[in-house]
Amino acid sequence: MEVLKIATAGSVDDGKSTLIGRLLYDTKSMTDDKLEAIERTSKQKGYDYLDFSLATDGLVAEREQGITIDVAHIYFSTPSKSYIIADTPGHVEYTRNMVTGASTSQASIILIDARKGVIEQTHRHFFINNLLRVKDVIVAINKMDLVDFSEETYNNIKADFEELMKKRDYQDQNITFIPVSALKGDNVVNPSENTPWYKGQTLLEHLEELDQKDIYNTGTPRFPVQYVIRPKTDDFHDFRGFAGKVYGGELNVGDEVVVLPSMTRSKIKDIYFYNEQYRTAPRRSSVTITLEDEVNVSRGDMLVKADDLPTIDKQLTATISWMDSDNFTPGGKYLLQHGVNKVLAKVDAIEHKIHPDYSGIEENVASLKMNDIAKVHLRLNKPIFYDRFKDHRTNGSFIIIDSRTNTTAGVGFIE
Amino acid sequence: MVIDNKNDIALSTLAEEIKKPGTLNGAERPSANALEHEAIYIIREVAAQFEKPVLLFSGGKDSITLVRLAQKAFWPAKIPFPLMHIDTGHNFPETIEFRDKLVEELGVELIVRNVQDSIDEGKVVEETGKYASRNMLQTTTLLDAIEEFKFDACIGGARRDEEKARAKERIFSVRDDFGQWDEKNQRPELFDMLNGEIEIGQNVRVFPISNWTELDVWSYIQKESIEIPSIYFAHKRNTFLRDGLIWSAEDDVVFRADDEQVEERMVRFRTVGDMSCTAAVESHADTIDKVVSEIRDSRISERGARIDDKRSEAAMEKRKQQGYF
Repeated sequence: MEVLKIATAGSVDDGKSTLIGRLLYDTKSMTDDKLEAIERTSKQKGYDYLDFSLATDGLVAEREQGITIDVAHIYFSTPSKSYIIADTPGHVEYTRNMVTGASTSQASIILIDARKGVIEQTHRHFFINNLLRVKDVIVAINKMDLVDFSEETYNNIKADFEELMKKRDYQDQNITFIPVSALKGDNVVNPSENTPWYKGQTLLEHLEELDQKDIYNTGTPRFPVQYVIRPKTDDFHDFRGFAGKVYGGELNVGDEVVVLPSMTRSKIKDIYFYNEQYRTAPRRSSVTITLEDEVNVSRGDMLVKADDLPTIDKQLTATISWMDSDNFTPGGKYLLQHGVNKVLAKVDAIEHKIHPDYSGIEENVASLKMNDIAKVHLRLNKPIFYDRFKDHRTNGSFIIIDSRTNTTAGVGFIE
Repeated sequence: MVIDNKNDIALSTLAEEIKKPGTLNGAERPSANALEHEAIYIIREVAAQFEKPVLLFSGGKDSITLVRLAQKAFWPAKIPFPLMHIDTGHNFPETIEFRDKLVEELGVELIVRNVQDSIDEGKVVEETGKYASRNMLQTTTLLDAIEEFKFDACIGGARRDEEKARAKERIFSVRDDFGQWDEKNQRPELFDMLNGEIEIGQNVRVFPISNWTELDVWSYIQKESIEIPSIYFAHKRNTFLRDGLIWSAEDDVVFRADDEQVEERMVRFRTVGDMSCTAAVESHADTIDKVVSEIRDSRISERGARIDDKRSEAAMEKRKQQGYF
């Protein structure tokens, strides 16, 4: 079974939670007891329809205010795929949650209220999906029932969005438009009789047919060492295994590798997964690798193919998305976590702030506040081994930790 | 660069191929279960980033699955942290038996802390009445044990699909000095990067199988041929009905009124919590294959048989804020 991770983005009242509830309901993924709870609460509130948002808004404050505050994960499956939806709130102040949701997703649904059309929020949602290089974006034009399923309204919104698409940086993104009514169920799982002019797929049909080839960004293999396994038992007296996850591409027994930062060369001797050996460690597998030679390797080091080295540097330029209530300032003390590697970071300069609604940049910025996006120059106390984000989604990204509070305060995409 | 994506790990959950132990005589590639590789990555991060981690072991299928994942993460070395069981004293005897056998096989340390001791020390008061349960009381015993051993990371088997407050939970979830969960102020988790930086006194709850569903867990147990306690399989049991749920009548722990008729039924348990709050379901699934197909067709969620969640819409959120698992 395939797993597909999807992020959702929409403004308050665009009907995101309702859309997710509809997907669960029409795929019969909602169990009877959960459905009964929704029926009961909907009735108590005096609604004459089922309020599916009750299925996803898990916190008391969210149900009270009728809004989604935090990223929630929702699971449903069809006979062919397992889906994980990161339901992220669409308020201006919660951009950070959207970036978070998009970082682990291969596809994204942007909701637009058909009565409102493309608004400033839509610009932001698209900008973030483009910044994070989410491969497949579905623009769901929702509440079509409230505009009499008008083809003209749909076409106008589509044209507005296509204008917006001209500004995007990441051109390889697949973008699909679907007219839906989450509340009534049109074109979500089942095709609608109300939109005879729409010849495309329903939302679920589109997701079901997404080809895996098209939704993963791949690159060259990178193997950051998480943990060194030394059993020191009689049976495995000299065993030194390097445990980690493979990113970008795959590694094979016999591959010539270089250990960073020591630049020592060796060859992959064995690849273990649990107590068995394999010839290949595929992309995203958590394996244990042994080398032909006795090489000094510790956590934070990286194995790469000898003919394909990343950039090894103590300086970098990146676009960062700030997520903390404490401002990002050039004087601040930060830890930079790149994969499993942690180094100290100093801010050399904030080059400019980027308005995430495509309205341009702002220079001479002294600090960044939550939800700001900016191009910055950082200096590190030790070199890291990185690729550009556009070439390698994993090895081209990092998080910034505020060393006073230990919180994850920002995320960066290396240029 | 062209890469054949058919072979990528992120693409599939359960591998089609099951192979015999040996050296390079089976498949070329390891299992293609993306959730398994994700969980192993998380468990290794715990061992690397924390000084005193512990695996919270309840004897239930989720924590048994965690143990197997931890074995896989560190083989051929032993699991580099102890297991801890917070014993309510109301466990199904089958669970305790199973726990002791497993620990012996693994050769890891098992720590047991008892809710009864917290009651005897006057730290918590036993609930009374028809719905009395020790489930809530576990929190105090757990927090005391974390403090006693100075654990900085507790690995648990909670899953996001279980309950909607859990759907908001992080993989590394920071708890303050008082063991409390601040649900509105959680650290963002981006890509694969897990931030384990904490202050002294804080600890992190870690949930490696966050993204697994109940069916994923059962399918994994099936594929890996993992042993689980017998009460997960259909068996004959003396039971009685209350609030539409089936309760075990074979132990004093579960309160039963005189007018609640005992009847023998064919049942199994879908979750193995405290006996006083875990109801059985009617079932004839007496093998793992039958259990997997039963779960696949089920119309009732797993926690539908947990009375502790039915106390209110926000029952789980409240318990989590106080430091529950």
